[in-house]
Amino acid sequence: MEMEIRSTDREALAKLFAQWRAEGKRILAPKKSGDKIDFAPVTSLDEVSLDQVQTVQSPKTAVFPRVEELFSFSSMDGRVEIRERDPAAVPRTVIFGLRPCDAAAFSSLAAIFTWDYPDSLFSARLAATAVVGVSCSRADEFCFCTSLGGGPGATTGSDILLTAAGGGAYLAEIVSEKGRQLVAGAGGLFQPAMAKNKESFLAKVDVAFDRDKIGPALAALFEDTAFWAEQSLRCLGCGACAYVCPTCACFDIQDEGGVSGKRLRCWDSCGFGLFTLHTSGHNPRPLQSQRWRQRLMHKFAYMPERQQVLGCVGCGRCSRACPVDMNILEHLRAVAEAKP
Amino acid sequence: MSAADVFKPFLLKVDQVTDEAPDVKTLRLVFADEREGEDFTFRTGQFGEYSVFGEGECTFCIASPPTRRGYIECTFRKAGRVTSALAGLEPGETIGFRGPYGNVFPIQEWEKKNLLFIAGGIALPPMRSVIWNVLDLRDRYRDITIIYGARTVADLVYKRELAEWAGRPDVKVITTVDPGGETADWQGKIGFVPTVLDKAAPASRDTVAVVCGPPIMIKFTFPVLARLGFAPENVFTTLENRMKCGVGKCGRCNVGKYFVCKDGPVFTFAQLKGMPQEY
Amino acid sequence: METLRNKARELLASKTVRVVIGYGRGSAGGARAVFIRDPRHADGLIFDGTCLQNLAVYLMKPEVRQLGKAALVATPHALRTILQLAAENQLPDHELLALAVTAAGDVVPLATFSAIEAHVAALNADLSADEKAELRRYEAMGLEQRRTFWEEQFSRCLKCYACRAACPLCYCSRCTVECNQPQWIPVPAHDLGNLEWNVMRAMHLAGRCVNCGDCSRACPVGIPLYLLNQELIANVFADFGFRSGLAAKSENAMSTFKPNDPEDFIR
Repeated sequence: MEMEIRSTDREALAKLFAQWRAEGKRILAPKKSGDKIDFAPVTSLDEVSLDQVQTVQSPKTAVFPRVEELFSFSSMDGRVEIRERDPAAVPRTVIFGLRPCDAAAFSSLAAIFTWDYPDSLFSARLAATAVVGVSCSRADEFCFCTSLGGGPGATTGSDILLTAAGGGAYLAEIVSEKGRQLVAGAGGLFQPAMAKNKESFLAKVDVAFDRDKIGPALAALFEDTAFWAEQSLRCLGCGACAYVCPTCACFDIQDEGGVSGKRLRCWDSCGFGLFTLHTSGHNPRPLQSQRWRQRLMHKFAYMPERQQVLGCVGCGRCSRACPVDMNILEHLRAVAEAKP
Repeated sequence: MSAADVFKPFLLKVDQVTDEAPDVKTLRLVFADEREGEDFTFRTGQFGEYSVFGEGECTFCIASPPTRRGYIECTFRKAGRVTSALAGLEPGETIGFRGPYGNVFPIQEWEKKNLLFIAGGIALPPMRSVIWNVLDLRDRYRDITIIYGARTVADLVYKRELAEWAGRPDVKVITTVDPGGETADWQGKIGFVPTVLDKAAPASRDTVAVVCGPPIMIKFTFPVLARLGFAPENVFTTLENRMKCGVGKCGRCNVGKYFVCKDGPVFTFAQLKGMPQEY
Repeated sequence: METLRNKARELLASKTVRVVIGYGRGSAGGARAVFIRDPRHADGLIFDGTCLQNLAVYLMKPEVRQLGKAALVATPHALRTILQLAAENQLPDHELLALAVTAAGDVVPLATFSAIEAHVAALNADLSADEKAELRRYEAMGLEQRRTFWEEQFSRCLKCYACRAACPLCYCSRCTVECNQPQWIPVPAHDLGNLEWNVMRAMHLAGRCVNCGDCSRACPVGIPLYLLNQELIANVFADFGFRSGLAAKSENAMSTFKPNDPEDFIR
């Protein structure tokens, strides 16, 4: 079925926000916080910031929160009782103002959480979340969505994709059934399409490397310890790249509270030295270079091979957030050009 | 299906605690809900996530065979936070269990073959399940040989069972301790497992080998098996990577494109050769 | 900068050092750490207003230590860090060549801790006037307001540990947060875990931090960690008359007991 194209404007979007709020929906959108811009709950369109190229963190918290309760437990007189979370209790959410790269990331997350054993907490959150993306009129040197099959106006993963067309007007592509339902419930807030060329409002992001070459190039470079040592010498092994990333999903499970408490799931990173450490002291990846290699291999070789999906969308957040300028685009170019 | 279904554990009660070796215990566990216990099945090689509520979860293979129903067992060394908590449990106390996870020893494919089990130290538990499984179906297999060694006599686990296996006419058992680990009355061999294996020189024709042990033992054992004519497709082992979720999501046990919790823990040496050496 | 590059070439060509740890041009016009081993790559060295990272952090990274004897392009903060690491027995003397770069672009090689001490003595180790002004504004917040301020700030903390990774004085091979018997600091990034982590780290740096600001620059979500550290720096100086990173042999203000301590609870 061909994608329906409508139009809207800032005034209508402000009313849409009010309507979503009246329906009890949580709206997550980019919001200024000090000198950083990040996804936060908002109540009105006025709070939303859309002039930045990208936010610090991704909106993955909507479906994969930083900390999530799996269940709680209580022990009394030798009996243990487990109290589970109610999947229906996840907040209905609209993520507004994320970029096409972020929207594309949900399929990578879903590949991890729904393969084989389905993770019902993730699925409940995904089902309760609507994605209203805004295409990119600007990009910076850290962006490389087009190298991975995405683009500044790509619709994959959005339920509705808005493109700013000047003067407060927006083109609105209604991408999915969820998008159609949002529009249907929005009264006259979405008008017929304007005769405007979407492409003319989009940023230009040149393709930087051939993504089909990356997987095989990485495989050929696996044993080249000098290559990985060079790339990772300045890496300090923090988790910033993994945590701001829209597709990173590694997590830890922690019990808190003693014999009556909670079992929690929380973010973790393969960059930490402890990630693969055995209690015996044996560590399959004792060097930072091996952990850096794992990051690239997992995203560009193992995930595509196993789950037929890339573990990266080219948003560039990791490069921007890295305290020591590990620029993943630069590293991928080096991989593509390396002679092993 | 409930919210935490994939993370919600069964409730199991400690039925029996056995001291195997210094700091090594076996727990026999029964389901708190009898019906769940009756419905519960698993296959040999699979593992579970055993938890002490408030402390966390820990990954162990199921050390009892699926041929014995009504309980499951795990054997572990007290080493960290959760194993310390498990080591302090008394019969009647409740723990959590998620599983069975992972792949299985393909024992149907091994029928009519000779079986060679080689283990070292605390790595006998993953093999105990499969050894009992095949012994419970003894007539489907030809010769069965068990070579097991530990650092010292005290460190040998499953002493009672070793004696039982050794007492059977249809099983050949060779037990060894490292040089210097013998006691005055030690009747078994003295030597490292790979050396003892070399001397025993079991036939490789129509034989499947299962090897479990610390990385250093595996490293020296496989060349001996290769010299004896074992093809890597016929040598099985279990990997013991750090795991958390057990269901292929948290990323921790990822080795190349494999997840030890999903594609393992049972692997052949042929498969290991094709994996990045990150385990 | 040419003076610096020439110096690096000379040091590497003569094998006086095996690696020059310095700054190179990075993404978006910024600077990044570079590890020059080949004299022909010395052209890549820069030194300007973008060169803020405290490169002393790499003196504690095993993969960098393995490269061999190093020369380090050292900002004043990095020089003080070297002295503090020396005071904590983390660096041996005579094994590191610090290259201080003056405002005029001259390179001052400092081959021993006492040379570094002499150089640092001429620098202002106190907080700057702007920093003091900001600290006074912060202190003007009453305790309740300050609590609310930090609760809001820490609610954004991700527990990514970029602050720890960037800090040269956070060199523990097994950090307190990595201990689970007992779990001193909760692992998940919830409000309590975040508060405990950040407060604990600030306390572990009290009397040690040299105010390089790398933790605050490293924080992806922009938490003003420097306020915690600067407040403690001011407190330690007021209470003990002590500043860190000025001498290669010094006692740690927070863990040294003297029999004439005025506090009587400790007797």
